[in-house]
Amino acid sequence: MPAIAFVFGALINLNHPGNYIHWGFIQMSYGNLAVIILMVVVFLAAILIPFKTHKEKGGER
Amino acid sequence: MTIADPKAPRADQADLDKAADRPEDADQWTAKIRSAAVDALPPQKLLPDRQPAYVASWIYVFGVVTIAALIVVIGTGFVLALFGPNWWHVSSTGLFVNSLHLWAVEVFMFSMVIHLWGKFFMAAWRGKRKATWISGVVSFLVSVGAAFTGYLSQQNFDSQWISTQAKDGINSTGAGAIFNVTNFGQMIMWHIVLLPLVVVALVGLHVLMVRLRGVVTPFAAKNETPGVDAATSGAEVQA
Repeated sequence: MPAIAFVFGALINLNHPGNYIHWGFIQMSYGNLAVIILMVVVFLAAILIPFKTHKEKGGER
Repeated sequence: MTIADPKAPRADQADLDKAADRPEDADQWTAKIRSAAVDALPPQKLLPDRQPAYVASWIYVFGVVTIAALIVVIGTGFVLALFGPNWWHVSSTGLFVNSLHLWAVEVFMFSMVIHLWGKFFMAAWRGKRKATWISGVVSFLVSVGAAFTGYLSQQNFDSQWISTQAKDGINSTGAGAIFNVTNFGQMIMWHIVLLPLVVVALVGLHVLMVRLRGVVTPFAAKNETPGVDAATSGAEVQA
């Protein structure tokens, strides 16, 4: 493997047919499931992590 | 339109902003539209320096992330359209721009969904903001169509597979008669002309309505009067 491909290549080998979960009538690729889980995690983080604001000299924000 | 007399006295700047160059022009349709537009969205409201204190939360960031991603999507789309499929499939720069286009769409849809969840749970349609909410929902649905036609326009085996899989679903709705997913010429026109125009127009309208009504206020911590929610008043909080 060329060094550049090693450095910039995908961490996971994606060069194969996708894997799917089968949950009743729901069929979904692991890739889509990962994106949905990530969206939920980012949504919760956006609510829970404090947002730093600038302290103003005038007192009013 | 009246022909201006260069010797006639001019109105001062405040009047110019308000209505027309000269008082006698105030009943012209150009002056009326300009006056209505400036009344509804004066420059300081259109591009404000400050936001209400409750906007200081990460959940309010995802709307502007969505717009930033849309700008990258449109920009990279222009470059892809300039050079064409041979370039975006073969050259390393083309592959890079193609990937930028795809990943900007991923960020666009990702942040738009989080924006939608945030606005849903804060019931952002309160305070005369129903049209803002609906324009956001329609933007989301049109964006799904724009992304779908993009996958059909890749010019590779993936787009062929998607189109042959999708045609049965589309045909079962009856829409296949006018929207043929195996017609590449039609799909690319939808993808690079019609749907981007609609998405950009809807997002522009959505942002203008947000500026017009302001960001929705949070739910009151405690409702003093049952059935009356202070947050529905649309009052801005400047802490």
